[in-house]
Amino acid sequence: MSMAVDGRRRGSLAIGAVRRDFAPWADPGAIPLIRFEQVTKRYGEVTAVDNLSLDIYEREFFCLLGPSGCGKTTLMRMLAGFEAASEGRIVLAGQDLSGVPPYRRPVNMMFQSYALFPHMSVERNIAFGLEQDRLPKAEIADRVVEMLRLVQLEPFARRRPSQLSGGQRQRVALARALAKRPKVLLLDEPLGALDKKLREETQFELMDLQVKLGMTFLVVTHDQEEAMTMADRIAVMDHGRIVQVATPGEIYEQPASRYVAEFIGDVNILEGKVIAAGEGRCTLAVADAPEPVSVAGVAEPLSPGREVALALRPEKLVLTQEEPPPHTPNVFAGTIWDIGYLGDWTIYLVRLASGKTLRVSRANVTRFVERPLSWDDKVFVHFAPEAGVVLTR
Amino acid sequence: MDVAPRPPDRGALGRALSALVPAVPFLWLAFFFLVPFAIVFKIALSEPATAQPPYRPVFDLSQGFEGLREAFSQLSFYNFTLLLEDSLYFSSFISSLRIAAVSTVLLLAIGFPIAYAMAKAPERWRPTLLMLVILPFWTSFLIRVYAWIGILKPEGLLSALLINLGLISEPLQIMNTDTAVFIGIVYSYLPFMVLPLYATLEKFDYTLLEAAEDLGCPPWRAFWRITVPLAMPGVLAGCLLCFIPVVGEFVIPDLLGGSETLMIGRTLWSEFFSNRDWPLASAVAVVLLVLLVGPIVAYRDIEARRWEKAQ
Repeated sequence: MSMAVDGRRRGSLAIGAVRRDFAPWADPGAIPLIRFEQVTKRYGEVTAVDNLSLDIYEREFFCLLGPSGCGKTTLMRMLAGFEAASEGRIVLAGQDLSGVPPYRRPVNMMFQSYALFPHMSVERNIAFGLEQDRLPKAEIADRVVEMLRLVQLEPFARRRPSQLSGGQRQRVALARALAKRPKVLLLDEPLGALDKKLREETQFELMDLQVKLGMTFLVVTHDQEEAMTMADRIAVMDHGRIVQVATPGEIYEQPASRYVAEFIGDVNILEGKVIAAGEGRCTLAVADAPEPVSVAGVAEPLSPGREVALALRPEKLVLTQEEPPPHTPNVFAGTIWDIGYLGDWTIYLVRLASGKTLRVSRANVTRFVERPLSWDDKVFVHFAPEAGVVLTR
Repeated sequence: MDVAPRPPDRGALGRALSALVPAVPFLWLAFFFLVPFAIVFKIALSEPATAQPPYRPVFDLSQGFEGLREAFSQLSFYNFTLLLEDSLYFSSFISSLRIAAVSTVLLLAIGFPIAYAMAKAPERWRPTLLMLVILPFWTSFLIRVYAWIGILKPEGLLSALLINLGLISEPLQIMNTDTAVFIGIVYSYLPFMVLPLYATLEKFDYTLLEAAEDLGCPPWRAFWRITVPLAMPGVLAGCLLCFIPVVGEFVIPDLLGGSETLMIGRTLWSEFFSNRDWPLASAVAVVLLVLLVGPIVAYRDIEARRWEKAQ
C-alpha cells in the first residue's frame, strides 16, 4: 500500500497500532457500507443528532465514542431502525433504509442489557433469529451449534439465561446477534456490565472474532480505553455532532480539538500565543514558561499573534532531577507536588513557578530506583518539539 | 476448639411467642374456614325438617355420648346422591362453569389491551390510570349492578341512545338474557383481571420486543412469542381471580339474567331461602367448593413447578 493511501502514516513515521493493508477510508475509490447523510434527530426541542454525516466501510471495527447524552446511542438506534431520522437518510449497502422496519434490516444488535429472552434456553435464544427467516430445521440446528462453539458455550445450550453468569450471558447475546450473519453487527456498550478483568479479555476476543468473521462491527461506548483497544476508527461525539473521526492513534496523538484531547487520555493544556510559525514548526509564548516554546509537526498554518492551546501528554514529558544540558528545548522548572504510584506507571504532579500543575507520567521500567523522587523535590520537565500538539479549537 | 456463636437466648416466653407467630394464620384458617366448612358439611349430611333450625339431627350435648352417637348415625350422603340424580343441579353447575369460562375469556380479551396500554403509558400517568381502574370500588357493587338495569332495560339508556342515533328502530331486548349477565360480569370483574395483568406487564422489559424485532420478528409475532409467554403468571392470576368468584356469582345473574339463566349460585339461593332445604343447599355449597379448589391447586402446582425451574 502506498503512503498516500495510508492515513496513519506521516512521512516515514506511523502512529498507533497499524493493521497493515486495511484503510478503506483513505481510499477515495472505496464505497462505504454505511452512509449517514446529514442525519438529524430531534426529540421535541432537543436535538440528539445534529446534521451528522459519516461513512463506515466493510469489515471495519468502528467505535462511536462520547459521554452519555452525546447522541451515539440514538445514531445506532437509527441504524437498527428503532428511531426514525428527523432529517437526512441512512444508506446501507446502497439501500436507503428510510421506512424499512427493524425486522427487515440486515443488521443485528447486541443490547446493552443483552435482552435475552428469559423464557427460552440458550440454544432457543440463538435460534430465534434464524427461525424468523424460516430456515430449514437442520440448518438452524447446525448454525446454533456453530455459534455455541464460537462463543464456547456448548455445555450451556439448555440452560436458561437466569442460570448463567454475566460473562456467559454476554456471549449468548453475542452469539444470538451473530447467528443471522448480519451485514453489520451493532454493539451497544457491549462490555459495560462486565468486571475489569473480563472486559479486557473480551475486548481482544471481540477483535479476533471480527477479523475471523470478516464482519463490520459498530460499537457504541463511553469507555475510551475500550474504543482505543478495539476500533479501527473512532468517531468522537459531542452534543450530537462528530468532533473527530480517525484511527485511535490519530485521535490520541493528533486530536482535532481540546475536547478530543481532554476526552481521550490525560493531557496537560497550556494556553499560548503564536510568535512565529512556518514549515510545520512554530514558536509559542506560553504564560507558564519563562522562555518561548517550540513545537514541531504542526498540521495547520498559523499566523503570529493567534491564541492557541498546547496539548502535552503526560508520558511525553521528561522528568529529571538534574538541570538538562544547555540548549535543551522546552524546559520547565518546578517542584513535585504529588505522586501517584500505579505499579506500572507513576504519576507526578509538578507545580511550576506560575502555579500551574503539570501531570507527568513515568513507566516503572526497573524494580529498584537509585534516587527516588519525593514530595517537594526540585525537578525539571522538558519535552521534544514533536511531543506537543497545537490546538486551535 | 471453635464454637459457633449461639443465637441469643430469648427465654421461654420469647420462644413461645415466636412459635405463636406462624400459628396465627393457621388459627385464622381453622376458625374462619375449617370450622364453618365442618358445620356446612354436617348440615349437608342432615335431612330437612320443619323445625328451628330446619334440619335434623341436631347435635345436643345435653343427651350425653349416647345422644351424640344417635345423631351421628342419622347422618347420610343422601343429599349428594340427590345432586347426581336431579339434572337441575348438574346443568346448573355446567351452566355456571360455561358462563364463568366465557366471561373469563371476554375479560382477558378486554383486560389485556387495557393493562398493556396502562403499562405502556407515560410513567406520570400510571397512578391516575390505576386509580381509574379501582375507582368503581368506591361505589357499592349492588348499586352498580342496579345501574346496569337502568342502562340495559328496553326503555333504558342504551336503547334510547341507539334509537336516537338511528342505529336501531326497536328497543333492545338484552335485559334478562345471558348477554346482560355477561355484560354485568365483565363490567364488575374487569379490575380483577386488569390489576394482576398490569402488575406483570409493568415489570415487563420492553427491550425484549426490540430484540425480537431486531432478529427479524415482526411486532405481532413478537407479541405471541415474547409478551404472552412472559405475561402468563399475570394471565393465570387474573383468570383465577375472575373465574372462581364468577362460578358462584349470584347477584348478577339474579338481577340481570332471565329465568332461564341457570347458575349454581341462584340454585343455591333458592334451595336455601325458597325451599328452606338447608341440607341440600349445603351439599351444593360443598360440591361447589370442591370444584373450585381444583383450579387453585392446579395453579399452585404450575407456579411451584415454574419456581423450581427458575432455580
